Amino acid sequence: MAAKKPAAKPNISKEELLDHYREMLLIRRFEEKAGQLYGMGVIGGFCHLYIGQEAVVVGLEATAKDGDQRITSYRDHGHMLASGMDPKGVMAELAGRKDGYSKGKGGSMHMFSAEKNFYGGHGIVGAQVPLGAGLGFANRYRGNDNVSFAYFGDGAANQGQVYETFNMASLWKLPVVFVIENNQYAMGTAMKRSTSTPDIYTRGQAFGIPGEAVDGMDVLAVKAAGEKAVAHARAGNGPYILEMKTYRYRGHSMSDPAKYRSREEVQKVRQEKDPIDHVRDLLVGGKHATEDELKTIDKEIKAVVNESAKFAQDSPEPDISELWTDIYAEVS
Amino acid sequence: MATNILMPALSPTMEEGTLAKWLVKEGDTVASGDILAEIETDKATMEFEAVDDGVIGKLLVAEGTEGVKVNTAIAVLLEDGEDASDTKAAPEPQAKAAEPAATPVQETAPATATPRPAMEEVPAGTKMKTMTVREALREAMSEEMRANEDVYLMGEEVAEYQGAYKISQGMLDEFGPKRVIDTPITENGFTGIAVGSAFAGLRPIVEFMTFNFAMQAIDHIVNSAAKTLYMSGGQMGCPIVFRGANGAAARVGAQHSHDYATWYAQVPGLKVVMPYSAADAKGLLKSAIRDPNPVVFLENEILYGRSFEVPDLDDFTVPLGRARIWRQGSDVSIVSFGIGMQYALEAAEILAKDGIEAEVIDLRSIRPIDYETVLESVRKTNRCVTVEEGFPVCSIGNHLSATIMMQAFDYLDAPVINCTGKDVPMPYAANLEKLALVTTQEVVDAVKSVTYR
Repeated sequence: MAAKKPAAKPNISKEELLDHYREMLLIRRFEEKAGQLYGMGVIGGFCHLYIGQEAVVVGLEATAKDGDQRITSYRDHGHMLASGMDPKGVMAELAGRKDGYSKGKGGSMHMFSAEKNFYGGHGIVGAQVPLGAGLGFANRYRGNDNVSFAYFGDGAANQGQVYETFNMASLWKLPVVFVIENNQYAMGTAMKRSTSTPDIYTRGQAFGIPGEAVDGMDVLAVKAAGEKAVAHARAGNGPYILEMKTYRYRGHSMSDPAKYRSREEVQKVRQEKDPIDHVRDLLVGGKHATEDELKTIDKEIKAVVNESAKFAQDSPEPDISELWTDIYAEVS
Repeated sequence: MATNILMPALSPTMEEGTLAKWLVKEGDTVASGDILAEIETDKATMEFEAVDDGVIGKLLVAEGTEGVKVNTAIAVLLEDGEDASDTKAAPEPQAKAAEPAATPVQETAPATATPRPAMEEVPAGTKMKTMTVREALREAMSEEMRANEDVYLMGEEVAEYQGAYKISQGMLDEFGPKRVIDTPITENGFTGIAVGSAFAGLRPIVEFMTFNFAMQAIDHIVNSAAKTLYMSGGQMGCPIVFRGANGAAARVGAQHSHDYATWYAQVPGLKVVMPYSAADAKGLLKSAIRDPNPVVFLENEILYGRSFEVPDLDDFTVPLGRARIWRQGSDVSIVSFGIGMQYALEAAEILAKDGIEAEVIDLRSIRPIDYETVLESVRKTNRCVTVEEGFPVCSIGNHLSATIMMQAFDYLDAPVINCTGKDVPMPYAANLEKLALVTTQEVVDAVKSVTYR
């Protein structure tokens, strides 16, 4: 969790802090509700929660502009919410219902939004890295100044295709921000048991890609680093690597008892580094907001999440005719 | 309002579990994220966390209880200000998913309903020109790249080297390095990049020097390209062509001689094309580039240099999913595709001299397959032999045999015979290699067998 650089705190407005607070809280409450619905059998299969890592995607989304794309792994609910996708449609998809983003046919790991430039939701570890570079390739091909954000974990960072992609992204100066969400465990395997170097971002040096480690539990630090990386890529200087040192509080998926780490380790992070508590402290400590105001926000978020859960459960299962649709696009 | 805390499902398969241990007691204040209990599933002991803040009003299931069904209320959570007498107020949650409905029976994905096959896509009297398969492929790509700025070609040695097999010769000069792109030798990576760019709306043509190397990239072809339209509920397609030499060349050994037709033909979401003639190579490749779906386009190194008559038209296309009848006949149907057509046509010539008239069908596309043309022919000839260079197990011929058996059983006067490559890795020695491939004589013998001659 060691941050390489202290967070830049000055010049942060109350509105900005409140936005970050709201967005992170939405992800957390949404994920807690998803966990609950999983427990009730409403959500099935695999369900990977983002709790603990909220500052990463919220901080980076604050640096994106219209037309920028994002793509990630199967731990994707937070990215969808942060990109502006409707919690109702996301929750309905988790429940496998008709009103889900993929009509119930994708599920937790496979959701997309053409409208929000969210390109999934990928279940094969590491596959989203070249795909994300391909989004950047399209930007460069079209000559626009959009960038793509390709998120992957410390586990995916050991996949060969990541380095094939680093090579081509650097060679062709693709406008891609590679975001390594290093939550320190690849499923049940701790970093030190799987990864030869403690700082993954340094691997970019071999390909001439600049990068840095960032305190991924501090949304302001994430945003500051993100702005630098995005400016680099947008200006046509090629890719940039951000290694977010973060932590997931829950197991790898819902069925992971997480016996590979101690309860104390998790509790310590929650108590000392929680990204939401951090912003809450800045808001209250800086006299930007009172406890009561924050409580009102909490209530609003809870209502949004509860509404999404109700919407998901009220939505019918997809029509059986959907089994046979969307396999091929029609030839025009 | 008081809410029930329910026994959670903690794995995709869990139906009941043991409430091993309570970590809270009645009257405790809990916050979201606090661990409430330890629950044993069929696989592991899991910690169960609170979702909501509140006070534990009542523990409804004692610790140590086994066989607690998922969704049973195990405790009551009170909000601020409530007391335990409110516990009865907790409503039962509505959490039941609807019963799974019966699925309709349909054998294959509705790629494109195959209209009745047109024998020829060319109007009578069309001027023809002679060209090689290689030239035809190049013309197809160049014409489509002139027509659509979003089409680009990417692969190893496609640009400055002018193509490992010279398919893209001259294209760098015409279209420049932005659209004719040399890649490093990293199939997995550049295929993923091309697929990602297709998600964003570009129309890449990915050249694999041979499809043997596409094995490095098959994850992106199958998991990323073929499935995304379905997984996204129709939002995001992948208009891309994967093309290159497939199958045996000559004396290049086991790792460079594999025919992957049947591998890709199995994947819903992909279209798979394997042309024989130069005209079909050109017309099908143009259609493949225009198709909004991922198309695997399987070429053959030995055919690259072979010449055929190609219609001299400004925009000649051949629709995917339609077979072509090369030769009419009434005694037997010989069904093939790709270089298998060479053996099929040679065999038909030999058989004609013996008075056996074979109808020779070139499938051209193997996903979707033009079943109707095959079935109609078999209903006429009552006999069928299939020909392909690939391995025998789960071959395209196997699939056609099953289809014919299911849909034209009463018309058959003999079992269908599949002529295929042999079930061995390709040997290097010239004599062994010859034995490993299908031969014209084997096709002739198979036809004589099904016609009882």
